[in-house]
Amino acid sequence: MLKGRDLLEPMDFSIKELEDMFDLADRIIEDPAKYVHACDGKLLATLFYEPSTRTRFSFEAAMLRLGGQVIGFSEPNSSSVAKGESIADTIKTVACYADLAVMRHPKEGAPKVAAHSTEMPVINAGDGGHQHPTQTLTDLLTIRRTLNGFDNITVGCCGDLKFGRTVHSLIKALSRYKNVKFVLISPEELRIPDYVRKEILMKNGIEFEEVRSFQEALPKLDVLYMTRVQKERFFNEEDYIRLKDTYILDKSKMKLAKEKMIVLHPLPRVNEIAVEVDEDPRAMYFVQAKNGMFVRMALIMSLLGIEG
Amino acid sequence: MLVNSIEKGIVIDHITAGLGAKILEYLDIDLANNTVAFIMNASSKKHGKKDIVKIQNVIDVNLDVLGLIEPNATVNIIENGQIIKKIELQVPERVTNVIKCKNPRCVTSVEINAPHIFHLIDAENREYRCEYCDEIVCMKGDY
Repeated sequence: MLKGRDLLEPMDFSIKELEDMFDLADRIIEDPAKYVHACDGKLLATLFYEPSTRTRFSFEAAMLRLGGQVIGFSEPNSSSVAKGESIADTIKTVACYADLAVMRHPKEGAPKVAAHSTEMPVINAGDGGHQHPTQTLTDLLTIRRTLNGFDNITVGCCGDLKFGRTVHSLIKALSRYKNVKFVLISPEELRIPDYVRKEILMKNGIEFEEVRSFQEALPKLDVLYMTRVQKERFFNEEDYIRLKDTYILDKSKMKLAKEKMIVLHPLPRVNEIAVEVDEDPRAMYFVQAKNGMFVRMALIMSLLGIEG
Repeated sequence: MLVNSIEKGIVIDHITAGLGAKILEYLDIDLANNTVAFIMNASSKKHGKKDIVKIQNVIDVNLDVLGLIEPNATVNIIENGQIIKKIELQVPERVTNVIKCKNPRCVTSVEINAPHIFHLIDAENREYRCEYCDEIVCMKGDY
């Protein structure tokens, strides 16, 4: 059903298609050995125009664990991009060699330009401060496996909600489930962008509140999604320094949270979650990272039309 | 002030005073080779003041541009000195290569061949969303 499609933003797949993919990811987690030759002879291109260790490794590990192979670049200066090649031309060329491509780009909408230029499936692995749909697959799979579903949950998103593309994608994806509420916790300067507030939350009549106080919000939440204040998104370093430590989750603050609340983070973490929180069974961010590889395996198989 | 009628062409009437220049800018009419009359601040029974644009020998203008900037204007097509057609403008659902995304992080700022596509999200406020970066622009404002 997903064969040949692109994944540019979370709404590209229906809820049913997502559920099928999560079911496949669950099967892979249960018995990874069964899938070691699923992508034999297939080639994934990773086009990373800005640094990323986690997402790129996660995709590469996913493809290699399926028996496929990987080509690509992680530094645009080492590719024809440095010669001024357009995104459209790069992807058309890559499509001559690979079966699908993963793109991370600092400009918002770059993977869409790529997808419009080729029949080969294109996966958005993060575009500027805009979207990060495969992180969302990771987040959703983790929520599904720990809370058994998405309906009637209250999700707190904390930190950099302006440039935090993982938050934009997560809100978009969760907006389709029943009675999901959001508590958006950020400093004034890093509030959620208008298009998320108007086009997703308000348009769909989703209950949400925007607050400053982390402590007040914590007891209400079933999921706390922490994000890093991203230095690389700021034009002015002074603003970054002023805002970077606004919210820090530590052991004492965890006491305010529900017993079953889970803490997610797309990683990398800087200091927004104290290391002492890692021991708390509610801290799910490293489990989340592992789930990310499994769900990317399921995604690659689905886009290549390989039966799971 | 007297401006002669045109034999053939287009008259865009009832333009909100002050928007006429913007319409001319966006319509991409070759001002060097067409006869264009641009009347500013003409008296209007309805609105007090209005702008009017008359373009001789041109009847094929981009109606999406007009609907985008001034959906309340009236468009009259003139043949043999008579109005042969009045066009009611619509706020367009999608516009391509009319407005440019101002978000410096948008891919259209670097990918020169990518068309600038905007989708209508709120007709009343004429708000549009960029196809690529989702940036919202309001055409009612000073865009």
